[in-house]
Amino acid sequence: MQKNFAPSAKKRPDRATWISAGIIFFIYVVVFALEQFIPPTTMLFTVLKKGATYALVAVSMNLLNGFTGLFSLGQAGFMLIGAYVYAIFSIPGEVRARVYQYFTPAINFTLPVIPAMILAGLVAALFAFLIGLPVLRLKSDYLAIATLGFAEIVRAIFQWKKLGPVTNGSNMLKDYPTFNDFNIVNAEGKVVLYLSTLLPFVIAGVCIGIIMLLINSTYGRSFKAIRDDEVAAEAMGVNLARHKQLAFAISSFFAGVGGAMLAMFTNTVQAKGFTSAMTYEILLIVVLGGIGSVSGSCISAFLFVACSEWWLRFLDQKQVIGTFEVPLLRNGFRLVVFSVIIMVVVLFYRQGMMGMRELPDLFRKKRGKEAAK
Amino acid sequence: MSLLKVTDLKVSYGGIEALKGISFAVEEGQIVTLIGANGAGKSTTLRSISGIVPIRSGKIEFGGEDITGKDPQKIVAKGIALVPEGRRVFPNLTVLENLRIGAYLRTDEDAIERDSAHVFEVFPRLKERHWQMAGTLSGGEQQMLAVGRAMMARPKLMMMDEPSLGLAPLVVRDIFQIIRQLSDEGITILLIEQNANAALRCANYGYVLETGSIALSGEGAVLLENPRVRDAYLGEAKSKK
Repeated sequence: MQKNFAPSAKKRPDRATWISAGIIFFIYVVVFALEQFIPPTTMLFTVLKKGATYALVAVSMNLLNGFTGLFSLGQAGFMLIGAYVYAIFSIPGEVRARVYQYFTPAINFTLPVIPAMILAGLVAALFAFLIGLPVLRLKSDYLAIATLGFAEIVRAIFQWKKLGPVTNGSNMLKDYPTFNDFNIVNAEGKVVLYLSTLLPFVIAGVCIGIIMLLINSTYGRSFKAIRDDEVAAEAMGVNLARHKQLAFAISSFFAGVGGAMLAMFTNTVQAKGFTSAMTYEILLIVVLGGIGSVSGSCISAFLFVACSEWWLRFLDQKQVIGTFEVPLLRNGFRLVVFSVIIMVVVLFYRQGMMGMRELPDLFRKKRGKEAAK
Repeated sequence: MSLLKVTDLKVSYGGIEALKGISFAVEEGQIVTLIGANGAGKSTTLRSISGIVPIRSGKIEFGGEDITGKDPQKIVAKGIALVPEGRRVFPNLTVLENLRIGAYLRTDEDAIERDSAHVFEVFPRLKERHWQMAGTLSGGEQQMLAVGRAMMARPKLMMMDEPSLGLAPLVVRDIFQIIRQLSDEGITILLIEQNANAALRCANYGYVLETGSIALSGEGAVLLENPRVRDAYLGEAKSKK
């Protein structure tokens, strides 16, 4: 055993951390390069854009469900708030009247994209703070039901006609800046540099980076302590109410930003799209990736989106091999297959893909062998 | 002046009176033990002192200051640390992270580093395993971690709830040795035990709790000789034959 060695909380990045950082950088370079050479209408880019969006939302949900142990199902509600706030504040003045065709728009100024996204997050966080005051007193299943109900209420309220001047009622919001507006265009209107896929990667990357820093800070440690044992955490002097509020608001902030990204991805926003099914999709991503693993959530977000949008699409159509028509395949069968996958994962692979490990842990040797020396 | 003084403490859970007005004191630098059977209210006493359980009436003074009804984090900050029953370490945090949570309310980074080094000195086992998830430790190691975690708060008073529960006899001996060592370091200890024999041997003063009230009190060695205590808690059922 080594002598003169003091285990300390101060960590220096080791080799595995650098390898992981290299991999992530490499992915960014590949995304950038692919975008320049492959036609932008390819399914691949749809998957990458939506995947980056879902990765951020999944990580934000993981922060709450995986790291703080608060089982919340309000994610779609906070995404909706984020998407709407972003769209409302970023629609350019000249098209505003056309978008709000049945109402007189109440908000008549336009924010640049990044401030609008931050505002989207802040408004979602504010809602979370207010909702959190009563709701965070609840535990486990009760909290899930309350937050799920909140998301449904938000969806209904945003479609309310009386709020039309702000939310455009049940009509869609459109013509705000989207990912495609970030491609650099020359004078003839021809794209010289594609950035529409890199942009969501950058936004998601920055946000997930901030979440990672938070998780590794004193706050993150307290969140994990609350998850592991509330009473013991309280006995150590951790302020339960404050930390739960904080985790809830921060998670919702990033869900709001994710909602804004989703709005940019889909080009139009309508409240009825943010159903609880969306929350379940994200919950599924979190569970598949590993509850308590940020990298797991990211990887499974891309896999999930690729499967649902691309690879498993064939399940929804009639497939004929020679003269044999494959049975069962019809519209909606994809979801059946999905459900089976979930059941298999929950039964046999409860830890998800990554368990509680992060990307660098995959490159580290098992510590047990080292210590046995 | 006593370090901790509890006067006429009453606690009830949903109409059931768990503590029917108990009074006791803990002198600075001593090891004081509360013994009693299951359901006597031992854990409730500790939990109400640390502010986790709301009290109905009574007064708790610490170092001459009234701390009745204060928030748990304020009470920890005043210098009362709890080693909870059943250890309750954070299973998915590493040993080191568990210790850091113990120092949650402190901001003096250098002193925290020194204190964690000290904990590793007292518990070399924990040093070997500082990177392991606490949930993978053995019961005895977890108990050491729970004690180490409480040490990290630099408490004046450490309250231990059944530290010997479910541990092998050899490990129990270690735990009691550590309690004495902590006491030598100047930490006052309030110990709750079902293992009355070991607890009374180790303690300066003891209180016997019976269904929510204090039945007996006295110096540890004296209580050990008390026929009622011997009969009820030390398993020497002379009267039966």
